Amino acid sequence: MSTVSKRNWRENPLIWPTAGLALVVAFNLFFGAEFFSISIQDGHLYGNLVDILSQGARVMLLSLGMTLVIATGGVDLSVGAVMAIAGALVAALVERAGLGFFVAFPAAMAVSMLLGVFNGSLVVFARIQPIIATLILMVAGRGVAQLITTSDVIIFEDPVLEFMGQGYLLGIPFSLWLVAAIFVGMVLLIRKTAIGLLIEAVGDNENASRFSGINASQLKLIVYGVCGLLAGLAGVLEAASLSAADPIKSGELRELDAIFAVVIGGTALTGGRFLLLGSILGAILLQALTVTLYNVGVPAAVAPVPKAIVIVAVCLLQAPRFRTQISKIVGLRRGK
Amino acid sequence: MKLSHYCREFLKCVVLPVGLAASALLAGCGGGGEESASSAEQTGLSGKKIGFAQTGAESVWRTAHTDSIKSEAEKRGVDLKFSSGEGKQENQIRAVRSFIAQGVDLIMIAPIVETGWDPVLKEAKRARIPVVLLDRRVDTTDTSLFETFLGSDFVEEGRLAGQWMVDNVKGDAVKIVEMQGTPGSAPAIDRQKGFVEVVNANSRFQIIESQSANFRRADGKDLMESLLKKHKDIDVLYAHNDDMAFGAIQAIEAAGLKPGEDIVIISVDAIKEAFSMIIAGKINCTVECSPLLGPLAFDVAEKILAGEEVERKIVMKDEVFDATNAAANIDSRMY
Repeated sequence: MSTVSKRNWRENPLIWPTAGLALVVAFNLFFGAEFFSISIQDGHLYGNLVDILSQGARVMLLSLGMTLVIATGGVDLSVGAVMAIAGALVAALVERAGLGFFVAFPAAMAVSMLLGVFNGSLVVFARIQPIIATLILMVAGRGVAQLITTSDVIIFEDPVLEFMGQGYLLGIPFSLWLVAAIFVGMVLLIRKTAIGLLIEAVGDNENASRFSGINASQLKLIVYGVCGLLAGLAGVLEAASLSAADPIKSGELRELDAIFAVVIGGTALTGGRFLLLGSILGAILLQALTVTLYNVGVPAAVAPVPKAIVIVAVCLLQAPRFRTQISKIVGLRRGK
Repeated sequence: MKLSHYCREFLKCVVLPVGLAASALLAGCGGGGEESASSAEQTGLSGKKIGFAQTGAESVWRTAHTDSIKSEAEKRGVDLKFSSGEGKQENQIRAVRSFIAQGVDLIMIAPIVETGWDPVLKEAKRARIPVVLLDRRVDTTDTSLFETFLGSDFVEEGRLAGQWMVDNVKGDAVKIVEMQGTPGSAPAIDRQKGFVEVVNANSRFQIIESQSANFRRADGKDLMESLLKKHKDIDVLYAHNDDMAFGAIQAIEAAGLKPGEDIVIISVDAIKEAFSMIIAGKINCTVECSPLLGPLAFDVAEKILAGEEVERKIVMKDEVFDATNAAANIDSRMY
């Protein structure tokens, strides 16, 4: 009986990103406890832990959408570019066209979702491999963003946007409330309705799911649309937190962070079973690593190395085959 | 058998000579074209074909750089062949090859990276097309492969930033945080080198932290948020570009400090936004790295094509802007 529970424990995919986080926390405990100090300043929480969550909010949003896309057996490389487009659009509409937030924001969200649906339709109707289909927008999207801003950085002032990116609600950054609300909403929608099951079915075996009556095409369009929408929201958050929209550097390489977060979080790139909470943990782990490296003062040129080591370790531990090898080695030693 | 024999004879006796004559004629025409081009030399560069391999359009600075070259070419009547590398060296090399094939009079390159240029530069040399390098150098042992390098001296920019700090920041044991650009890039390496040189010569100053924010505004903000929690007593922030400084300023304000007063802020590039920040008192000093090298570049091109000697290295003069001269210069900023 105990062996069964042990296996369950090991097979719970959430354990590995949690272990990674625990490792980072332990390292910081050892290295410098000021990492954990949280104080209250101007009526809001202030400290490294708060930073990790608020800075990680963008990647969390991206990884939520990416999880769904990956669960259907696809991938979306264009999220970074969609971030840039959405940020640029909001900034251009607010600052240059003089429209208010309540026009600009829905417009940017609608465009982001349409861009996601465009990705989806390339995958569904044109039957292009997802990695190539989304590569198109990844490359072209930067150009679109530059067209919107006429290749400038747009600096804007808008109280609502500023609150969204830099404000606090009950002492906690607003961006975190936003992510939490979306996360809870998605979990409810996915686990309390059949959508989650359908997405997993499509990812496991698209043909079989189609024969069993699932409308795989429609489902994929929705999933890519949601991914685009969340990427757009992340882009608006980034622009809002800086009060500036940079069409070139906003969201640069963020698609890779998002894919990392999803994979660390225990969702396989081959599709099928997926874990939204795992992706959130993965995103937090990534940001915690970054902040730790800043905090420790690792020279910039070598900073990617420790980051890569932790990521590789978590990915290896997730692989059942690697774990059996390791436990064999450990078992042999014990046997001696 | 016989027919094929005749065919071969026909080819040998008729087609070949005619073909040769035709190609000679064409070559003659080409020569004539060159002559007419050289006769236009008296009127400077007008009618000259110049190829320009740009890096891409990665920043506001770069766009201003491109515009400067293009508008100056138009002013002087140069037939400019423009190619954007889109951030990839292989695109630039391909562009240079096509310039050689088109027989341009001169090639300008703004190299994306420093290495790997020898083969294509040798091809240009064989075709006797002079090459001018803009902004960044190339790493080669054979310096005859290019005529001159024209650009800013990033090390000097670092020195200027350091010197401004030594002159204007009072007090002993001044603690500096350095925000580097993308690790390994020439501006990041050199701006650090020049700055560190000045700091090391002054015992009053000490760099307590030096990390990268990849020339990005968002990363500048994230990094500064962390550094502010680690060190309670930062006196100076030196950022390798304005963008990172803007991000850091937001982090400093969010932490309840006053940028420009509690923490002195020094950055490099001097884009227009930095000027308004200086006027608002949030940035103390920015060192110019001018992208407007079109006029100088074509002056040099004209000299080279006229057969005059030019300096191997031509450095753009960079200026320092602070509260004393920012307001007077902001309107003339084009980028």
